[in-house]
Amino acid sequence: MSSLPPSSDSLSAEQALPATKNKSKKLLLVLLAPLALAGCQVPSFGGYKGVTKTANSTFHLWQGFNLAAIVVGGITLAVMAWAIFAYRAKKGDGSIPKQTQYHIPLEVTYTVIPILVVVGLFVATVVVENQVVADPTPSATINVTAFQWGWKFTYPGTKAVVVGQTTASPIMVMPVNQDVRINLVSSDVIHGFYIPEFNFSRFAQPGMVNTFTFHANKTGLYSAQCSQLCGLYHSLMYFRVDVVSPSQYQAWISSKNASTSARTAIAANGAIVIQDNPGIPVIPSHSNGAQ
Amino acid sequence: MTDVIDRPVNLDSDDQGPVNPDHGHDHGHDHHGPSGLVKWMTSTDHKVIGISYTVTSLTMMIIGGAFAEIIRAQLVSPTSTLVSFAQYNELFTMHGSVMIYLFVGPFAFAGLANYLVPLQIGAPDMAFPRLNLLSYWLYLSGSLVMLSGFLTSGGAANFGWVGYAPLSNVTASPGSGADLWIVALMLTGFSAIFSGVNLVATIFYLRAPGMTLFRMPIFTWNMLITGILILLAFPILTGGLVMLYCDRHFGTHIFTVSGGGVPLLWQHIFWFWGHPEVYILALPMFGMVTEVFAVFSKKPIFGYRGMVFATISIGALSLGVWAHHMFTTGAVLLPFFSAMSLLIAVPTGIKMFNWIGTMWGGKVTYSTSMLMAMGFLFTFLVGGITGIYLASPPIDFFTHDTYFVVAHFHSVVMALVLGAMSAIFLWFPKMSGIMLNERLGKFQFWFLFIGTQVFTFPMYLVGLKGMPRRMAVYPNNPSWQSLNQWASVGALLIGISMVFFIVNALYSFKKRVPAGDNPWDAQTLEWYTSSPPPAHNFVSLPPIHSERPTWDYNHPDHLSLGHGDKEKAKAGS
Repeated sequence: MSSLPPSSDSLSAEQALPATKNKSKKLLLVLLAPLALAGCQVPSFGGYKGVTKTANSTFHLWQGFNLAAIVVGGITLAVMAWAIFAYRAKKGDGSIPKQTQYHIPLEVTYTVIPILVVVGLFVATVVVENQVVADPTPSATINVTAFQWGWKFTYPGTKAVVVGQTTASPIMVMPVNQDVRINLVSSDVIHGFYIPEFNFSRFAQPGMVNTFTFHANKTGLYSAQCSQLCGLYHSLMYFRVDVVSPSQYQAWISSKNASTSARTAIAANGAIVIQDNPGIPVIPSHSNGAQ
Repeated sequence: MTDVIDRPVNLDSDDQGPVNPDHGHDHGHDHHGPSGLVKWMTSTDHKVIGISYTVTSLTMMIIGGAFAEIIRAQLVSPTSTLVSFAQYNELFTMHGSVMIYLFVGPFAFAGLANYLVPLQIGAPDMAFPRLNLLSYWLYLSGSLVMLSGFLTSGGAANFGWVGYAPLSNVTASPGSGADLWIVALMLTGFSAIFSGVNLVATIFYLRAPGMTLFRMPIFTWNMLITGILILLAFPILTGGLVMLYCDRHFGTHIFTVSGGGVPLLWQHIFWFWGHPEVYILALPMFGMVTEVFAVFSKKPIFGYRGMVFATISIGALSLGVWAHHMFTTGAVLLPFFSAMSLLIAVPTGIKMFNWIGTMWGGKVTYSTSMLMAMGFLFTFLVGGITGIYLASPPIDFFTHDTYFVVAHFHSVVMALVLGAMSAIFLWFPKMSGIMLNERLGKFQFWFLFIGTQVFTFPMYLVGLKGMPRRMAVYPNNPSWQSLNQWASVGALLIGISMVFFIVNALYSFKKRVPAGDNPWDAQTLEWYTSSPPPAHNFVSLPPIHSERPTWDYNHPDHLSLGHGDKEKAKAGS
């Protein structure tokens, strides 16, 4: 986190955003300023710090929501506990308390303050959301097709194809520090393309391509899996994401271009080709697999 | 029945409609009619139907709870083989379906509501008693149809309680268990619609003289809004189910890509019902605990009018938030649905503070009913706050379909269960004429309350680690095991709490401690009549000048105070 303070994110993001959005961007900075100042001292609250640019922003939003929840929830809880314990009836006390029913200023206060809190949360949400759904010109594109129960990753303009199902965990290779566009679709039922350390998931749906962009900023091999119930072997529909340096990525693409012909021939039989993964799937190949 | 001051109102009691104050004859004893099984099957008395609904829905809670215990037992180990993948999918589908469609809903808007709404507004029965009975039988048959899926060769429905297309089509889910699920939801859907019709008509047309809208108890107010929401939401679901059935069997392509259909449409239809449904479940329980807080604090409901407006705004907003279930489809307008969903926190917060305000300055008695309501308050606070997180699309992106969401809505529904238990302990004496045992009730409360927290908190954490929902096994992630085991311990504690509940009911019926008309010094009209009430509810009515006529009658020197009404308080005490 120290390597990526929120301010550096925002500087680069500002260039991509239209000028009108700068105002809300600054508002977010004001809202999250205590967070930025506190830096690593703000706990993660169980969330992932994230390994993409937008995952970092999402993580900061998550921290902000948690701080707001602690303040608002804490006050509510304290008032609640006071009401429960301070006004308990003593044994044998049959007296009747004052029958207060209304206190208009108080009621207005606890209507207005939540509205202000909600507006603040909404502004922070919209700023981060615009970053997450932004669609810059990509350096690389990956087409992802989900199927029962596996994944197929193709790289348009190259011959690279990765297919694998269930615990074979096919690997999606992508370069670090570049905008990578994902075109996501399903060939049968709805699946969930979920990468926990990217703080992101999106439905893979039949007949509808979902497009979004990742900008990973840390190399590594990340586990991922289907998050949306898709039938019998939903629990085992794993994949992995390998974030590599741009040069490694180019080398990987070149090696695929050089050696794909034989493999595509196998894939044309309709059988599922497990590439890059020596692991054996626990489920036998399924007839309605990759197309 | 005690004598009444002011002008007493004797009630005629035909099923046809409004009360007739001049025509009074003795209703102090039951009409001679069938009893036992025949009475249960044929009576159109709202009290009999209300009890049938309550008992049937609580039975469904036990069945759905048993499924949950098996699910939690399976998840104790990452590679457990207690049930097969196929069985696991059936179990969580039927757990969700039984709990949502057959337990919480019918309990909330047809069980206690049927029993209490006519009593709270001084009516002799529901507006359409025969429709009411039909509603119950549709519900019971729908429940049996859904559960009968387990008896088919392909097993019960297995595509989750939300039945997303195209997983619910005939290719991906060919079994007849799926068809039974669809038909069952049509039956229970019509049952709900009829209940909604009855609630709205009863509340608008059968109120006793003096019972203006702003003198109705909060529970009745909430049932009015719930009834309207049912009428707006349930026909959409029923229509969607007809489309789904046609896709499966009559060759239509409404949700099928190959024929030009749009699978996403199912999600819109489903959640357009599904989000109001959340409030159709929650508003009745909100109403119930509101009454409990007032009774056991010996105070009027704090901010009664604000509470009513909060309920109305929740109802209105709930119709515009459905797509927050669909943020990750990439096909909905994120800022709009985010804003609407966040806004619902405001009226919900108002209710929260009104509940606290009701206790404030009161004489709070820790009865089992009140403890349950306090447990509701805490658990609902947790579920409400995590709901605000999920209204933010970027946060939803990484928590959607994980155990974080499962934990969130289990905090909410377990709060509703605590609210339901609170209501049962409050109104059981009215419905049966006998008291539930308080000591057993307190055991039940502690197991239920602690169990709920031990059950939900680990699920939040394991969801944040990235565990998706509906996983039969998690072989790649053994580090999730300990959190899952804690959640299972919590589920077990909840199960034990229900054993206390059943034992308590049996024990109380054996012991038969008489309740009397108003054991809690409660405030609303149902506590004015006898326990259980006579066939047509009231022999006479007290004058109705506020939302708590029984209290005003019993404590004429302690009427509710408006804002700044200090003088009257001194004069009163």
